[in-house]
Amino acid sequence: MPDTLAGQAATRSTGWKATNLQGWGRSSTSPCLAARPERLRELHAALRTPDGRSLIAHGAGRSYGDAALNSGGAAVLTGRLDRILSFDPATGELVAEPGVTFADLLEVFLPRGFVPPVSPGTAFVTLGGAAANDVHGKNHHIAGSIGDHIAWFDLLLADGRTRRVTPEGEPELFRATLGGIGLTGIIAAVCLRMAPVPSNALRVRRRRVADLGEFLAGFEAASGATWSVGWIDALAAGRSLGRGILETAEPNPEGIRESAVKSKRFPIEAPGWLLNSLSVRAFNEMYWRRVPAGGQEAVVPYRQFLYPLDAIEGWNRMYGRQGFRQFQCVLPFGPGEAALRRLLETVAAGGVASFLAVLKVMGRQGRGMLSFGMPGYSLALDIPARSGAEALFARLEGITRDAGGRIYLAKDSLLSAEGFAAMYPESAAFRALRSRLDPQRRFDSDMARRLGL
Amino acid sequence: MTDTWLILGASSAVARAFAREAASHGAALLLAGRDMEDLERQAADLSIRYEVPAVPMRFEARDLASHAGFVAECRSRAADGLLNVFLAFGIMPEQTEADADPQIAAAMVEANFTGAASILGALGPVLEAQRGGSVVALGSVAGDRGRKRNFLYGATKAALLTYLQGYAARLSGAGVRVLCIKAGPVDTAMTWALPKLPFMATPRAFAAAAWARTRSGSGSAYLPRIWWPVMSIIRLLPTPIFNRLDI
Repeated sequence: MPDTLAGQAATRSTGWKATNLQGWGRSSTSPCLAARPERLRELHAALRTPDGRSLIAHGAGRSYGDAALNSGGAAVLTGRLDRILSFDPATGELVAEPGVTFADLLEVFLPRGFVPPVSPGTAFVTLGGAAANDVHGKNHHIAGSIGDHIAWFDLLLADGRTRRVTPEGEPELFRATLGGIGLTGIIAAVCLRMAPVPSNALRVRRRRVADLGEFLAGFEAASGATWSVGWIDALAAGRSLGRGILETAEPNPEGIRESAVKSKRFPIEAPGWLLNSLSVRAFNEMYWRRVPAGGQEAVVPYRQFLYPLDAIEGWNRMYGRQGFRQFQCVLPFGPGEAALRRLLETVAAGGVASFLAVLKVMGRQGRGMLSFGMPGYSLALDIPARSGAEALFARLEGITRDAGGRIYLAKDSLLSAEGFAAMYPESAAFRALRSRLDPQRRFDSDMARRLGL
Repeated sequence: MTDTWLILGASSAVARAFAREAASHGAALLLAGRDMEDLERQAADLSIRYEVPAVPMRFEARDLASHAGFVAECRSRAADGLLNVFLAFGIMPEQTEADADPQIAAAMVEANFTGAASILGALGPVLEAQRGGSVVALGSVAGDRGRKRNFLYGATKAALLTYLQGYAARLSGAGVRVLCIKAGPVDTAMTWALPKLPFMATPRAFAAAAWARTRSGSGSAYLPRIWWPVMSIIRLLPTPIFNRLDI
């Protein structure tokens, strides 16, 4: 066959389109050229960017800040590479393309008694994105981060070669890529060990917690729980500082019928004034009172517990056109406790309307050089992107840094380069590896430039 | 009894979505195309996700001599139920490219029309003999009226529609349904780099609608449906006005 046909298909399908990409927080917009390969061959072709621009992989766009943005460069959207390539029910080993989402995995494997062993707070993230951010979930204290369950991945390097990277065979490349926010190459396939579950349901216990001290004691007592998470009313101050709801969950032996819930779409771009300290205070109060004083227990579908916000598509529009910043840090046990208190005091005093903050105990150091996970307390909260947000963030960054904690890159859009270097002890090693692996910086991102990576 | 869907041009995003739709309804899949590495991935995905048999098959629309053998292979690989056909292959180079290079123009006619007519012709006796099943082929709204921007592509799709009308008439006695989908733009690699197009459908929504439509009778159908009123107006525009539009 004459090659005109194949040639045609290739130019069109690896076509680059000028577009604006945003992080999930919508606080920054990044103009770039984007390709959206539908097959592996097209992914390889996308390495040849127009004018030799730098490139970053962009999955579901669920990183909050600029981790997957590359202003003035190029981005390769991996969402269409969504094939499950193999699954072994004897070992739970799954191999899939990078655009397969956690929602896909649950849809296919939950009825067969398997789930992703670790799952972030939304099921819409892709496997490639999960590996590149070494994500964690509500079972981090038991199960660690996603990277603890990855047997290998295929990495497409700057020179066009693909390498199968195992933790044993190429420990350095594995550790750099896991949590390496896409800067070592493009993850072309992931081998993940899925976890068996007895049913599609969890038994969830919720109870009110009056203040921070009670919260930390509650987590301590719940250290054996499979899943645990705390929702903090970030506007509560004084004696109520750190009040909230502690949720723990265990697999339930019996399943329940899951009605096909059609997700609701957040209807409008909310006007900026909607979220003010009064409305958020009222919401947080209601959320707290929803759980009866004596606590409650319920059997709920797996997805409902793990992804409460997934039921509202596009909830990020709630923060209006300007979007929001997310702050998530982890603080080491011990000194972290006082720092946690200071963080909450700073947020409450800032009067910036923040919805529920999420508190979580984390269990172990992640395997990646830039992995977020480490033993300690993790606190996450949204800050509407208005005047004062950046100053507040800088204060929170300072408190985190002084306590020996670190800020989560998947959520970040404001961390300073100095703060980053102080928080991530292996950042220099990462930088060195990167200049060896990709001296021309074929892979680059707004975040990498901001953090001086 | 398990029905089989033969997907011709199975690597395209629309075909992929349709294959998933068919598999989710329990059908076995024959995935025909040129990119075997890709088709093997797709077959693995379908058989894992939906626990149905899925077989990749090499198919070249423009290699007409291979079509009879290909159909024989399809017969041997199909499941025990009815064989159904989803014809999704086709190429859409720019009109200007086709104007400048007769090879590109000929390649498009060969793939979009000649190849389609040939493979459908070869499948005809199989469909007649099984007395049932569906044929769904991707036409295009571009076939409704020749527009400046892509009339050669439109002409291939208009020719395909005419072919399918007669094909439907011939197979109607055997109870075979033949549907031509007049597709509006779908958000795929084919349209990715183009300027923003109106009423763009996602492959998934498109495939679900196409699947629903296979349950009804022969004929043609606009998908998404908004294209019916839109194209009704475009077809009725007086020529002097139409010719001045930059569409």
